[in-house]
Amino acid sequence: MSAADGGGTTTLVVRVENKAGVLARVAGLFARRGFNIESLAVAPTDDERFSRLTIVVGVDAAPMEQVVKQLDKLVNVVDIRELNPSASVERELMMVTVRANPEIRGQILDLVRIFQATVLNVGYDEIMVSLTGSPSRVDDFEDLLRPYGIVDVQRTGKVALPKLVKAAPDPLAP
Amino acid sequence: MNMNGGQALMKALENEGVDILFGLPGGAILPVYDPLIDSSIRHVLVRHEQGAGHMAEGYAHATGRPGVAMVTSGPAATNIVTPLCDAYMDSIPMVVVTGQVPYAAIGTDAFQECDTTGITMSVTKHNYLVTEAADIPQVIHDAFYIATTGRPGPVLVDIPKDIVDPNNPRSAMEWYTPDSHDLPGYLPNQAGDAELIRQAAKLICEAERPVLYTGGGILKSRGAEALLELAEMTGIPVVTTLMNRGGFPDDHPLCLGMPGMHGNYTAVTAMQEADLLIALGARFDDRVTGKVGEFAPLAKIIHVDIDSAELGKVRRPDVAIQGDCRVVIEELVKALKEMGGSEAQPDRNQWRSRISGWQERFPLTYEQSKGDELLKPQYVLEQLRDSTPSDTIVASGVGQHQMWTSQYWKFNHPYTWVNSGGLGTMGFAIPAAIGAKAGRPDRMVWAVDGDGCFQMTAQELVTAATEGFPIKVALINNAYLGMVRQWQEMFYEERYSEVYLTRDVPDYKMWAEALGCVGLRVESPEEVGPAIAQANEIDDQPVVVEFRCEAEENVFPMVPAGMSNSDVVVDPSQRDQPR
Ligand SMILES: Cc1ncc(C[n+]2csc(CCOP(=O)(O)OP(=O)(O)O)c2C)c(N)n1
Ligand SMILES: [Mg+2]
Repeated sequence: MSAADGGGTTTLVVRVENKAGVLARVAGLFARRGFNIESLAVAPTDDERFSRLTIVVGVDAAPMEQVVKQLDKLVNVVDIRELNPSASVERELMMVTVRANPEIRGQILDLVRIFQATVLNVGYDEIMVSLTGSPSRVDDFEDLLRPYGIVDVQRTGKVALPKLVKAAPDPLAP
Repeated sequence: MNMNGGQALMKALENEGVDILFGLPGGAILPVYDPLIDSSIRHVLVRHEQGAGHMAEGYAHATGRPGVAMVTSGPAATNIVTPLCDAYMDSIPMVVVTGQVPYAAIGTDAFQECDTTGITMSVTKHNYLVTEAADIPQVIHDAFYIATTGRPGPVLVDIPKDIVDPNNPRSAMEWYTPDSHDLPGYLPNQAGDAELIRQAAKLICEAERPVLYTGGGILKSRGAEALLELAEMTGIPVVTTLMNRGGFPDDHPLCLGMPGMHGNYTAVTAMQEADLLIALGARFDDRVTGKVGEFAPLAKIIHVDIDSAELGKVRRPDVAIQGDCRVVIEELVKALKEMGGSEAQPDRNQWRSRISGWQERFPLTYEQSKGDELLKPQYVLEQLRDSTPSDTIVASGVGQHQMWTSQYWKFNHPYTWVNSGGLGTMGFAIPAAIGAKAGRPDRMVWAVDGDGCFQMTAQELVTAATEGFPIKVALINNAYLGMVRQWQEMFYEERYSEVYLTRDVPDYKMWAEALGCVGLRVESPEEVGPAIAQANEIDDQPVVVEFRCEAEENVFPMVPAGMSNSDVVVDPSQRDQPR
């Protein structure tokens, strides 16, 4: 089961101080318990004093409770949100190089068009494309490319933000 | 004011109120040992860095103020890892300063380089690698704040040599006095939620068989008085875990003493039979709960802890209150008073009489030695207890002697019990006793040590002798790694494997004398009292009294590891008693 389909996995969004060694502290808490980190995306936030980590761990929410509390105790961890996949918008970027002899290049370009992926680079018998989308859509694209022969693939791991409220507040409410 | 990083470090430590430092110099920390000469801070030169760490812990145990140790890089830093872990497990406020190779040399396998912050990451509350001299005042200020607030713990500050070396331009800095903390991820909260406190008060007023299950958080929060008020107002009996011995007076009629693996029968059984456990600053450690699934099966749980990660970690509480123990207890007392105070407590006579029945049938007991049998360690501890002032500070090692000390001592004052609970570090007693004496020179300080433990840190008696810390050591020589011997007797069919230490090697009396102490040897019960009296008289030198004790003595009661507390094994003489 992959991290992307949400089964038995937990997604944490952790805001940390943007300082040396903080990632090791966070990763250490998972490593000590033998929890494997499925994916991890890190970048500074709009406020450069902080970074945001999106961590997908292949563990159900229950055993995660203690880890989350321990994470929260790290002096450099500012806040933690546990993201429920159904209540958040998730995106992942994949770059992939596929075998593409001139005869089959057209088939690959068909897939690129269907998925609205982007061609990044073309070699005499290979093609490099990228796709941004929900993790499951990226999975589908990767599965469809696989039979052609994937030479190299790099996925970023997902990043996520909570879904926005749809209903406008009732203007008559007190 | 212009100064170098080394001077700034000393000034920063002075500003935090540090009066004593335990340490040992070496290459990387050398530049700091020069401004130390001009500082008001006293330095105690230890003989092994593990000693420095345990002394800092002992100082913190006895005073409540953070203990401070300073050592060099590499092997010195690794030598202090055990005390860091010990302090982490027992929530002891401590700040350790380590030297590090120059910043530019980090990562090059330089001489005496080790990844100190990496190694200590999981055994400290927080640690720092300081990269600029200008950061020193702020980092030290933050380190003390983190070590002493919230759930206390050890903080390590690793300082590369170049930023404290006056010959290096990187050490130049302008002094400033930090007046705040920039710690956006660290906001310790003291107060408990008022509504939850009301719910807890309600549960207390409904409980027929409640027990106050009190842990180290009582002492850490300086909450002993508040606990006394709560117990007396409600009339609820109190168990004091190994980390809270002294947090409630043993002589108090409501005190049931220590629960757990070697707790007394009444404390263990009262928790098993309780309908409400009020856990205050206790963490449901496996040595207390026995088999968790069968621990206190009938009890609802109120759990108060400063560390929210403790709430529900082992046992799901019915009411979980995050907050400082003292603050929450005081609020709880108020809430209970509003509900009618002692008047509103149900009639608990039946519960009280069940408890006193257990106390009568299953007191702590041992058989006194006969003829020319060797001493009983329990007898030695009773004698020591009865011949020392009631506010004597007792430090212990780890093993059978530790459990007997906790069982037989009467702790009637907070901060008189100094021990290694969570990590169970053999060798803790002597350096911890020295640290306690350094913090409380007005008190008599006894270390109760095992022969195995003694051999791990005895060298610190040289520190005690030369630095003027006249501690006293009661050495329980049972010729064995006794606690392990007991397990092999009980659970490995008496197949003894590598637990015999020998009776006469080393010669402890001679060794004590060689270390600069007075050495006494006691072999018969009649000699015990006089030897203790003689030791008590000596106040200008450390004393080691070797008590030659029976090897086969076992600690009872005992809940075998992994068993239910309901299966507690009592002393052989009590096994026919109805439970
Ligand atoms: C550093 C360390 N090593 C090993 C142990 C395991 N251990 C626990 S108690 C004990 C025996 C201690 O022997 P001694 O100091 O003679 O005390 P006794 O049990 O005989 O009173 C041992 C080896 C430990 N707790 N700490
Ligand atoms: Mg022994």
